[in-house]
Amino acid sequence: MKLGRRHFLQIAGATGTAALVALPGRTPAADGIPVAGEDESSVLVDTTKCIGCRGCEAACAEANKLPDPPSDAEAFATRRNTGPDCFTVVLRAEKPDGSPRFVKRQCMHCVEPACASACPVRALDKLETGPVSYDGSKCMGCRYCMVACPFSVPKYQYASALPVVRKCTFCSSRQAQGKPPACTSVCPSGALTYGTRGRLIAEARGRVYGNPDKYTPHIYGEHEAGGTNWLYITDITFEKLGFEVAVNDNSYPRLVRGALGVPPVVMTLWPPLLMGLWAFSHRDGKGNGKGNGNGKGGDHG
Amino acid sequence: MASSGAPARPGGSWVQERILLGMTMREYLVSLWTPFNVVCAAILAVGVPLIVYRFAAGLGATTNLSQTQPWGLWIGFDMMTGIALAAGGFTIGAAVEIFNLEEFHAIERPAILTGFLGYLMAVIGLIADLGKPWNMVGIFSNNGTQSVLFEVAWCVACYTTVLFLEFAVPLFEWLGWERFYRPLKKLLLALTVLSVMFSTMHQSALGSLFIIAPHKLHPLWYSGQIFIFFFISAVIAGISMVIVESTISHQIFSDQLEGHHVDIEKVTFGLAKAGAVVMFAYFFLKLQGVIDNHALGLIGVGFYGKWWLLEMLGFVLLPSLMYAWGARYRHITVVRVAAILGVVGIVLNRLNVSLVAYNYNQPVRYWPSWMEIAVSLMLVVVGVLAFRWIVLRMPVLSPMKEQAGSHGGTP
Repeated sequence: MKLGRRHFLQIAGATGTAALVALPGRTPAADGIPVAGEDESSVLVDTTKCIGCRGCEAACAEANKLPDPPSDAEAFATRRNTGPDCFTVVLRAEKPDGSPRFVKRQCMHCVEPACASACPVRALDKLETGPVSYDGSKCMGCRYCMVACPFSVPKYQYASALPVVRKCTFCSSRQAQGKPPACTSVCPSGALTYGTRGRLIAEARGRVYGNPDKYTPHIYGEHEAGGTNWLYITDITFEKLGFEVAVNDNSYPRLVRGALGVPPVVMTLWPPLLMGLWAFSHRDGKGNGKGNGNGKGGDHG
Repeated sequence: MASSGAPARPGGSWVQERILLGMTMREYLVSLWTPFNVVCAAILAVGVPLIVYRFAAGLGATTNLSQTQPWGLWIGFDMMTGIALAAGGFTIGAAVEIFNLEEFHAIERPAILTGFLGYLMAVIGLIADLGKPWNMVGIFSNNGTQSVLFEVAWCVACYTTVLFLEFAVPLFEWLGWERFYRPLKKLLLALTVLSVMFSTMHQSALGSLFIIAPHKLHPLWYSGQIFIFFFISAVIAGISMVIVESTISHQIFSDQLEGHHVDIEKVTFGLAKAGAVVMFAYFFLKLQGVIDNHALGLIGVGFYGKWWLLEMLGFVLLPSLMYAWGARYRHITVVRVAAILGVVGIVLNRLNVSLVAYNYNQPVRYWPSWMEIAVSLMLVVVGVLAFRWIVLRMPVLSPMKEQAGSHGGTP
């Protein structure tokens, strides 16, 4: 519950000076959004270690009571995407020498999630511990989260008459019991490392700096979308892995901060301004007679 | 008013006079048999059951929405476009009540009625589009204050209420509820201030919705300042729509205006002058937005570059110049054509932002299903029919007939 400490209506009642403080760039962390999320639970994905066994997919399906994942032949025949009944997919890319490079995709669990900031009813929310959670009983189905997510992660149950949004939960209920997420607990090759974000960024840097000839010098998720709790390192380009390379390096909720600074200013300044204009335009008292001359006789009594 | 309205309830006389337009039930039903009404009835006969079907079968069975295209025609047209075209309510309300521009007084009530019905239809379209619309009440209790949609939802809810209260003045007058409509009329200034305030916020916020999706919207339409463009173009929409609507109203409902002369051409030229200035400024602001977004090189390049030029030159710059020329040389047809171009331009802009230029880089493009189109069309028809029903009965275009005389002297 870190989002939205700034209460719309409280600010509405504040003075013009206080309203101006809400304008962009003045108070970067005033609303309680953490800068980095060092202590949040995270996963480091080292794609160079992934053998493409898809054990994580099976564990995910079991933990979330989803249909069984498809066979290898089917799974790698096309480029899959996550869906309402599939929270994670292992995708196959190719190294320059033609050998496969596998990568697991799921919700990135942003440190400052665009989806949760976009949710007007807070069905999507960011937990202190890291996961971006979802409460279907609050969701009204506006699907703005799907517009907002830079990774296009949230999926909707269009086929249902009582639809909800579906995405990776980061096994938040397992994590609450002190257990690791299902996918990380079954990974046999060490491709998935579960830990805190601060420690995993240090670990990723160590691996990349320690093997500069092997790794691509980039930790995907360290800065993307203002930082994500799922971090990736690889030995090919992230574009080839199919990652969203155009994603901004800064937080998405902050993009709308300027626009959200408008309402307090409007609510504070418009009424006096408009009343002033009214007084100005009616200063000679001619407003009293209006309506008689232009046929709206029934309007003024 | 008091003598003719409230007490005269007994028998069919009130109903016959106020609902059936002075005809008997039989005459009234016969009078409904017109080609226009038959077409409207057909559209309703298809559209209304489709809304029921949508809730029984789900969005997947009725729409072409997908995981990459979460918003379709019901948001892009009913909501985005409908709200913009309904901006005449606050534009004209402000001109009359706040700026004291008396020449627009005669079109204030029709503009407010258009606004109210526009918002009502937009909200119905939104309800059809939401997965679980009953959870909308969560807007008021869950404090989603970081969401632009939170702002839009609050403002649309508040403003629709304000529009209803403004519309309640002629409604109560028609019902003969003098006790309610007189105090309400005194509140009109306060309601107008609120309407300008809420409109400023949500007309602009409808654009701000896309600020959080910088890579999904084409750079020619994306802008961090899109809320300014949306607000200014809403004013353009309001002005243009009022010209179109008053032109049609004054031809179709000319018998309503008998013995009640409104120089509609003078009003139209006044609106055209305002429209010319606002549109001209809007054109260059949009151009500045493109430069600011480092997208100047994309103008004219490929489909989107040419499409942007069409929108901006054909439906902003051209009608702006036509408004100016028409107002300067008193050429009413030029102004009316410009108004139609202006309305089309706003429809085009809202559809471009929410549908055409959204997901421009995706391989699979969205096209609405026939059911989405049928429901949207049905909502437009309901709006038009409601407008006609109300205008023929309530004192919107002209004062209540039997009271026109009794009120002239009261102030």
